[in-house]
Amino acid sequence: MTAASPMTIDQLKDAGKAIRRLIIQITTEAGSGHPSSSLSAVEVVTALYFGGFLRHNKANPRDPKRDRFILSKGHAVPVLYAALCHAGYYTFEQIMTLRKLGSPFEGHPNMKRLDTMEASTGSLGQGLSIGLGQALATKLDGLDAHTYVMMGDGEMGEGQVWEAIAAAAKYKTGNLTAIVDQNGYQQTGATTAVLDLCAFQPKFEAFGWHVQTIDGNCQETVVKALTEAKKITDRPTAIISQTKKGFGILPVLETTGDLNYHGKPLSKELAEKALALLA
Amino acid sequence: MAGTSPTSNANIGALSGLKLGKATRDAFGTALKDLGAEFPNVVTVDGDVGNSTRTEVFAKAFPERGFNVGIAESNMVGVAGGLAAAGKIPVVSSFAVFLLANAYDQIRMSVAYPGMNVKLVGSHAGISIGEDGASQMAIEDFAVAAALPGMTVICPADANSTKAAVRAMIEHNGPVYMRCGRIEVPEIYPANVKFEIGKANQVRDGKDLTIIATGLMVGIALDAATLLAKDGVNARVIDMHTIKPLDEAAIIKAASETGRIVVAEEHLMAGGLGSAVASVVVKNKPVPMEFVNVGDTYAESGDPAGLLQKYGLTAEAVVAAAKKVRSR
Repeated sequence: MTAASPMTIDQLKDAGKAIRRLIIQITTEAGSGHPSSSLSAVEVVTALYFGGFLRHNKANPRDPKRDRFILSKGHAVPVLYAALCHAGYYTFEQIMTLRKLGSPFEGHPNMKRLDTMEASTGSLGQGLSIGLGQALATKLDGLDAHTYVMMGDGEMGEGQVWEAIAAAAKYKTGNLTAIVDQNGYQQTGATTAVLDLCAFQPKFEAFGWHVQTIDGNCQETVVKALTEAKKITDRPTAIISQTKKGFGILPVLETTGDLNYHGKPLSKELAEKALALLA
Repeated sequence: MAGTSPTSNANIGALSGLKLGKATRDAFGTALKDLGAEFPNVVTVDGDVGNSTRTEVFAKAFPERGFNVGIAESNMVGVAGGLAAAGKIPVVSSFAVFLLANAYDQIRMSVAYPGMNVKLVGSHAGISIGEDGASQMAIEDFAVAAALPGMTVICPADANSTKAAVRAMIEHNGPVYMRCGRIEVPEIYPANVKFEIGKANQVRDGKDLTIIATGLMVGIALDAATLLAKDGVNARVIDMHTIKPLDEAAIIKAASETGRIVVAEEHLMAGGLGSAVASVVVKNKPVPMEFVNVGDTYAESGDPAGLLQKYGLTAEAVVAAAKKVRSR
């Protein structure tokens, strides 16, 4: 079931570049979407799919024994479509239909239309609960399956997330890893300005989680952190992945004067510049 | 062991000679436990009211399959969505109002939209819960549950049909909302009754009008039919235990054969069984209709009989509606 042998760090970096290019291409083609929110998460998603962490089965995406990745920050789904395309699940032409009428590559993940989506998300705050349910179910069935859930830092404002954090600790789900893609921005501004939730690490720790705070745009660090998380089996693990929104094309975003660049695609001209950076 | 449910002083079914039976929530808890061995994928998820909703009966028999996530309904429903995605048949329960009102977004996104095989069971529905008051009374649950595409909505009338409904709900593949009540209700059905989702039960035949009722109002409708019979009016009574999908054929037949319809439910007028039946009648066989329900208000604390009386959910109220609909 496991994909080909894990990529080296250099190979992961190349894969990440390819995934970033796809993110730019499909969102610019769609004319809408959240490329900057997708770009911050690339190193983590790349490591999960190509670094040997996520055991998946292309022939049977719903294989009960698979590991699961839930993108709770569903608006960043271009990163997931791009990774799945890079993994050979979908063709470039298929994911280029992003957000178009009739396409299963919707603006937010829809598990009814794509069997590679582990949850239908888009209403923020729900993914960790869904991941906890999957972790509890696989544990109950005695399966060696790990569930990863990626949330945004703005999303952490949803109370449900903290309900799930407490419940996961209660049930000691060592097969659950929460990743907070802390890119520092949400829709209308910096997360510290909109609703400052202060430090995440001590909060997770207070609930009894194993926590690491890392540079989430450093491929090597991400691989190390996921390796460490996998070793912990007696309690849930969290990775506070400190990233930059739009990482990989920041020089292009700087020219626009908008480092948040939330919920808008690059124009064709900017996309060309971004793709040149990622060549 | 779960506590016993209070005997209502409302004497529902007494006029019709019906014997008082268990509360539907009690029947639900026992039925679920009884199915536990046959359906190993059934699990329960509770918001710390399992001793009220009666899922604790199941959770005590199958402790590793009963999850209590605390007073956190949003997470409770999300966890159920995840359990279902991994092949379990989660039965999530809380007071109906907390389940549906607190966790509505989660029911929509983590259950209904992805079509997850989650069973939502809301106890303490209606105003007949009594003294705890309006904050605990679900009177809008049919409306909000039925509004969700793909959601099945059921409301069994007595203990025996609840037992059968629990099996039907578990065997049905897809999201279901089942409403249960707090107080003891009369026995309408024999022990071996079957429950077919979407197929209404005619519990009394009549030609002069049809009373379509659901839940606790079925016993009250039968009492009303008994009273009407004394005046020479023969009322048909239909137990519309499935709010969605609605048994349109039974409604059209009733409209055609009896020419008058009264809909009785322990729910608001807006979005309830009455609205649903009316839309079928208007489209297929327009006939005069009247409605017995909670109207457009919240109730209050009080004893169940007093509340049913004050808010117009009595046999006398159904009789008055029947007379009115016959006068039109």
